[in-house]
Amino acid sequence: MKTSPAVYGLIAEFEDPTSLVTAAHRARHEGYRRMDAYSPFPIEELHEALGAHPTRLPLIVLIGGLCGCVGGYALQYWASAIAYPINVAGKPLHSWPAFIPVTFECTILVAALSAVLGMLALNGLPMPYHPVFNVPRFALASRNRFFLCIEAGDSKFDLEETRRFLETLNPREVTTVSD
Amino acid sequence: MVLTNTADVAIPELAGYQRRLLIAGGGGALVSLAGLFMDPAQFLQSYLMAYMLWLGVTLGCLALGMVHQLSGGGWGVVIRRPIGAATRVLPVMTILFLPIAFGVFRLYSWTNLDLIAQDEALRHKQLYLNTPFFLARAAFYFLVWNALTYFLNAWSLEQDTTADPRLARRMQKLSAVGLLFYGLTITFASFDWLMSLEPHWFSTIYGVLVMGGQGLSALAVMIVVLVWLSRRAPLDKIVVPAHFHDLGNLMLAFVMLWAYFSFSQYLIIWAGNLPEEIGWYLHRLQTGWRAVGVALILFHFVVPFLLLLSRAMKREPRTIIVIACGILLARLVDLFWLIAPEFHQHGVSVSWLDAVLTLSLGAIWFGCFVWQLRGRAILPLHDPGFDEALGRIIEKADKATRPSPAHEI
Repeated sequence: MKTSPAVYGLIAEFEDPTSLVTAAHRARHEGYRRMDAYSPFPIEELHEALGAHPTRLPLIVLIGGLCGCVGGYALQYWASAIAYPINVAGKPLHSWPAFIPVTFECTILVAALSAVLGMLALNGLPMPYHPVFNVPRFALASRNRFFLCIEAGDSKFDLEETRRFLETLNPREVTTVSD
Repeated sequence: MVLTNTADVAIPELAGYQRRLLIAGGGGALVSLAGLFMDPAQFLQSYLMAYMLWLGVTLGCLALGMVHQLSGGGWGVVIRRPIGAATRVLPVMTILFLPIAFGVFRLYSWTNLDLIAQDEALRHKQLYLNTPFFLARAAFYFLVWNALTYFLNAWSLEQDTTADPRLARRMQKLSAVGLLFYGLTITFASFDWLMSLEPHWFSTIYGVLVMGGQGLSALAVMIVVLVWLSRRAPLDKIVVPAHFHDLGNLMLAFVMLWAYFSFSQYLIIWAGNLPEEIGWYLHRLQTGWRAVGVALILFHFVVPFLLLLSRAMKREPRTIIVIACGILLARLVDLFWLIAPEFHQHGVSVSWLDAVLTLSLGAIWFGCFVWQLRGRAILPLHDPGFDEALGRIIEKADKATRPSPAHEI
């Protein structure tokens, strides 16, 4: 790596989503891997352009859902058949049809909570500091500008070379992001 | 642009398919006539099952079309024309109701006056369950459905030629009212045609159960059609994995909806444990029919549910078409479970007429569907959602020669 440690990366600003997607495609084609794109609204194509990789989130949600399912059922079984064995309408103490709604709700509850918390954890959130905010114009990422940041951690990153490459993508401007 | 051509010009092989399907359907119908003479009671039972499956696809498409008028979204724009063509099979389905109308005395035990005389509950129900009122109600349902189909399709055709934006608004208004009427008419039609097979039994969730089934059947058929269309011009450049993903998600939702309704009905009747309610389940769960019920839980819910959770399977046309075909088969078994146990209370009984009538009505349905599909452009070019949902794709695909999902608006 031929870069000074104080540099987080280089960020290019675009005026429309299509340019951003094209830029991400080109950067990936060029061999860059450690990069991220910032846009005021979700762009589905970006996912693929940046090189989508499968995440562990579905597995976390599945495990959460199964825990909720087993936990919810076990709670009812314990309550109805072990702790408070009360005869209701002559039905067996372990009456599985009656347990299904609560089991289902617990499955959904724990799966949804795992999804939200897992997403936050995998994204490293909450994150009180991020270097891209050192670029003043980056505030526009939540309004009407689209940004592509190639990070200095990328093995192909070179301050001069990468800047020259980003300039070829017709950005509004390219800025160095200090760490 | 090639998209303004009618489907007939764009996909010339449709004419051949229409001819072959109608010949197959006609041939099957002739073969099944032999069954009508050999065993008229079995013929009518099998006919009711086959008819409800294909009527369900037709009306499910009508409902999905109306839902899409109100909700919008790229998933509906790509299947708008197949949905329209499917609803235009309704006049044929109206005529195909005649065997049930003529067979009412053989199908429904509440038409038997001797039985009613001995049964106080049925005597009271006679106010509703009597043949003239039954037929008058059926006529009313078909009037409502045909009127909705006629106006929605006529305005959609007018939109194609005039591009008048007021038509979209008018279709939306009719769809809002139409969905209300659809819900009410299907509820009563399912009570009349299916639930009254066991005239003592009642379940208020039955209507939505049938409605959810119709939506599921319609989606499954539309997915099969869209996969077929996406393999040839002009839709091969337009349909992208994201469309199948959306339709697959909808199908997953309908699978869960069906399971939710079915289980709710069972849970309430099981919990209440009242003699007049449990009868319907007793002969279904204490004989060979139990195996059919278990098969339904597995293949109408568990298996499609697990498969449709997978993003990769929903996005791949080759797998989603297999899931859709499986679901259509499960729909048939579900209708078999609703109808046949009333006539064969002591165990499962499958007739060759079940298969022949389902396939013949299916061939006739698909033949009429292809015939209706041919007459119009394959995409609704002047739909207000079109540019947002699909125009971007076409524009981009031309520019970057790469299909891109652009269904979010």
